[in-house]
Amino acid sequence: MALEFKNVVKRVGADIHIYPTDLTIEPGGFNILLGTTLSGKTSLIQLMAGLEHPTSGEVWFDGKDVTGVSVQKRNVSMVHQQFINYPNFSVYDNIASPLKVARMSKADIKARVGQVAELLKLTPMLDRRPLELSGGQQQRTALARALVKDSDLVLLDEPLANLDYKLREELRDELPKMFKGRGATVVYATSEPGEALLLGGHTAALHEGRVTQFGETARVYRQPQDLISAQVFSDPPINTCRVTKRDGRFHLNGTSSWPVGPAHAALSDGPFVMAIRPHQVTPAEMAPPAEAVRVEGTVLVTELSGSESVVRFNLEGDTWISQSQGIHAAPVGTRAAFHVDTSQCLYFNVEDHRIAV
Amino acid sequence: MARKTTNQKAWFLVVPVVVLVAFNAVIPLMTVVNYSVQETFGDNVFFWEGVKWYEQVLHSARFHASLLRQITFTGIILAIEIPLGVAIALTMPKKGFWVSVCLVLMALPLLIPWNVVGAMWNIYALPELGLLGRIINGLGINYNFTQQPIAAWFTTIMMDVWHWTSLVVLLAYAGLRSIPDAYYQAAKIDGASGWAVFRHIQLPKMKRVLTIAILLRFMDSFMIYTEPFVLTGGGPGNSTTFLSIDLVKVALGQFDLGPAAAMSLIYFLIVLLTSWVFYTLMMKNEEQ
Amino acid sequence: MAKITLQDIRHSYIDNPVTEDDWALKHMSVDWADGTACALLGPSGCGKTTLLNIISGLLDPSEGKVLFDGKDMTGTPTDQRNIAQVFQFPVVYDTMSVYDNLAFPLRNRGVSGAALESRVHEIAAMLDLEETLHSRASGLTADGKQKISLGRGLVRADVSAILFDEPLTVIDPHLKWMLRSKLKELHQQVGATMIYVTHDQTEALTFADQVIVMHEGTVVQIGTPVELFERPKHTFVGHFIGSPGMNLLPCEIRDGAAFFAGTRVETDHAVKPAGAAKTTQIGVRPEFISFADQGVAVEVVKVSDAGRHSIVETQAGDHVIRLLLDEGEKAPEGQAFLHFDPGHTQVYADGWMVE
Repeated sequence: MALEFKNVVKRVGADIHIYPTDLTIEPGGFNILLGTTLSGKTSLIQLMAGLEHPTSGEVWFDGKDVTGVSVQKRNVSMVHQQFINYPNFSVYDNIASPLKVARMSKADIKARVGQVAELLKLTPMLDRRPLELSGGQQQRTALARALVKDSDLVLLDEPLANLDYKLREELRDELPKMFKGRGATVVYATSEPGEALLLGGHTAALHEGRVTQFGETARVYRQPQDLISAQVFSDPPINTCRVTKRDGRFHLNGTSSWPVGPAHAALSDGPFVMAIRPHQVTPAEMAPPAEAVRVEGTVLVTELSGSESVVRFNLEGDTWISQSQGIHAAPVGTRAAFHVDTSQCLYFNVEDHRIAV
Repeated sequence: MARKTTNQKAWFLVVPVVVLVAFNAVIPLMTVVNYSVQETFGDNVFFWEGVKWYEQVLHSARFHASLLRQITFTGIILAIEIPLGVAIALTMPKKGFWVSVCLVLMALPLLIPWNVVGAMWNIYALPELGLLGRIINGLGINYNFTQQPIAAWFTTIMMDVWHWTSLVVLLAYAGLRSIPDAYYQAAKIDGASGWAVFRHIQLPKMKRVLTIAILLRFMDSFMIYTEPFVLTGGGPGNSTTFLSIDLVKVALGQFDLGPAAAMSLIYFLIVLLTSWVFYTLMMKNEEQ
Repeated sequence: MAKITLQDIRHSYIDNPVTEDDWALKHMSVDWADGTACALLGPSGCGKTTLLNIISGLLDPSEGKVLFDGKDMTGTPTDQRNIAQVFQFPVVYDTMSVYDNLAFPLRNRGVSGAALESRVHEIAAMLDLEETLHSRASGLTADGKQKISLGRGLVRADVSAILFDEPLTVIDPHLKWMLRSKLKELHQQVGATMIYVTHDQTEALTFADQVIVMHEGTVVQIGTPVELFERPKHTFVGHFIGSPGMNLLPCEIRDGAAFFAGTRVETDHAVKPAGAAKTTQIGVRPEFISFADQGVAVEVVKVSDAGRHSIVETQAGDHVIRLLLDEGEKAPEGQAFLHFDPGHTQVYADGWMVE
């Protein structure tokens, strides 16, 4: 069941929470809203749920205009960042609650709850109360409630944000499996680029109330349409600097230059904003990538995590990050050399920051 | 093309409220306005008087006196109840069995009807019969609230403090409980004194509830009627004749409907304006 | 700054602990040299916050001693311990300006005048707070507020240690990087003893010189990030650190070698007979597995794109084995063989590494 936003605007008082937005979410898939705090993720989720109504524009679901339809009349379930369960119901009754509202027979309820509890590994704690459970189990209970009622639309608003790192990893791995073959359209809001990548599906990059790009997750990641989308979808932050195209080469501050690849041969000469992800900038002591240019900067801080090294350095006024496998300690304050994988560089127009083609 | 997406049926849901407000507030208020600009000698015969009653009330020494009494009373009440309420809230336990005991004790006075409170204190403070009266006189202080204005004021204020301080306590306690432990821990680490913790953590975090408490206590005490009426009847003399008692005397005692109506409206405007100005100032302060 | 020693610390929230489970903190002794950046890493409920509160003096341990520079501080109230703490949720004095927030701990200790002013400006410059110095602290974003909390600790010259209790919880990912680097930078600049509590391995490993991994009230391993990554002493450390965690596969020990599903697996150490151990496992991280022409036979089940690498999920019988491929590398489909890097393959008996 496709979900469609037609020129939707949300204004609260003088503030615009959502700028005019057109968005078509294909039925049955996993869709991610990726953006920072206040980028509009929660506003969009609430508009999708029908908890909020657009100031102007229309929301269509399954070929019907549902703009003014209240949340009770839409077949929607939702899971929040906080673990929201009925505290004095058992886990069983919590999961069964949407079915009871729908007046399903006792036997059917039992079968459905049993099935969902099994899927979410909650079977051993069906008789316990939510507050006796760990955070991960509480959130599983909330997820089970969302899953049990066969909603057309399932909205997950940063459901893993309050969980421990390892629990997050475990649930993130299971989530797409849970929804597989259910036909429900799932929308998942997150502020973590890594989470978006691993969940797959489609991703909408959000920035200050605008959807800057929407498409297949890997495509949005690898082929951003503009600098903002690239920045939203990069953790650690993507490196940027000014380059100039001249005589078939890109020049970085007159110190380094590299040949223009076939993809960019048609660009006119002049300045561009170049962006490169931190893992594509590696310390010079490592084997360089096939197409590489050497740059030098002053080391600001080095973080060694046991398996990888993150070095922040100053490259002619811009702060850059290099992220690499292995231990590459560079003393703070010294000059260090890095290889930039020029085959992975993205180029954007200086004026509007759109991808340069 | 902007299409209509709102559901017009929703307006029907508002109808009961509109009717209720109309009968409850608007119509009585308009009646009062009506009386305040006319003169009547009964039989539904009215003469237009303009702002005459307003001028009369505003220039009347009697009104000035009761207004002054009222302001003094409310000022004293707020000056006692707010700090006292906050102080009690600060000393209340934060967890354990005693929390509920304290809360129940605090809620008790609030559950007693106004006229009962007046009657209770009347008996309690009687110089010969009442426990309080006898104790004070036993201390060698000549105390008789039915004859001495100061004693009457003292008793009225004591009564109000007894009756309403717990409201402030409960509100302040709720405000205090909402402060996360981390704030207290941070303050300990920063070496803050008890006063600094109060000044920079507890007071700012209680600001919202205290605003509500002050507003409620201002409005209630400014409109106080039943308790002093039962306790002192406004006396001795006119010493505890607050605005509302005076108003009733004018309206029902003397049946001067015009001046009484004008007085009601002035009274109403004073309460409304003061509350509004206070609330706006507090909220503006909040935003900065 | 000070050296911090914990001597035989145990703690229970129950008055008369009977069973081992009654102890929130089972037993630990540790020494932190002056100027260490240390992380306490573990899942929620592992006792790390209890330990932090014992160090800061918000909690008195049931048993054992806390020493600062050899001086017994057990029972000394928090404000006399000269420690600073940054909490999970930002704590700022709302009514004060940023300047007054930073000056507050100094004013409470009787510092005033030019000394106060220059110190506050110095700290504000370190934390990039100079521009907002005179605005109200309540108007700042979460990361700004956390900087103020940190600044209130740094501003005091007498601070023995700065404690962090999951300080990046409410910070957006792209700002996490900035703030984390800032912390690291400050540690390199100031050289204060810093103790950082977190459940996030990335934060712990990048911040600390020494990481203490805790699980159910016990210290499982103390080591540098490299040690924890390359030679986890316990399967819990292997699983908890690394994303995805270490692959753990049941194995059989015979002829001085480990066998998984009948295939001999070369390991870091010559393997002794397992003796009385109930379970024996092979542990190898996804980073140290590669596709090969022979080795452990598996079936490729799923490939997830994680950006700079992909996570390949394979199955050998009932066992899932995950490995990492660099961005751009292709995973074979269907049947394949895996090679485990012998230098990074360990054997675990009853959860503990066999050395």
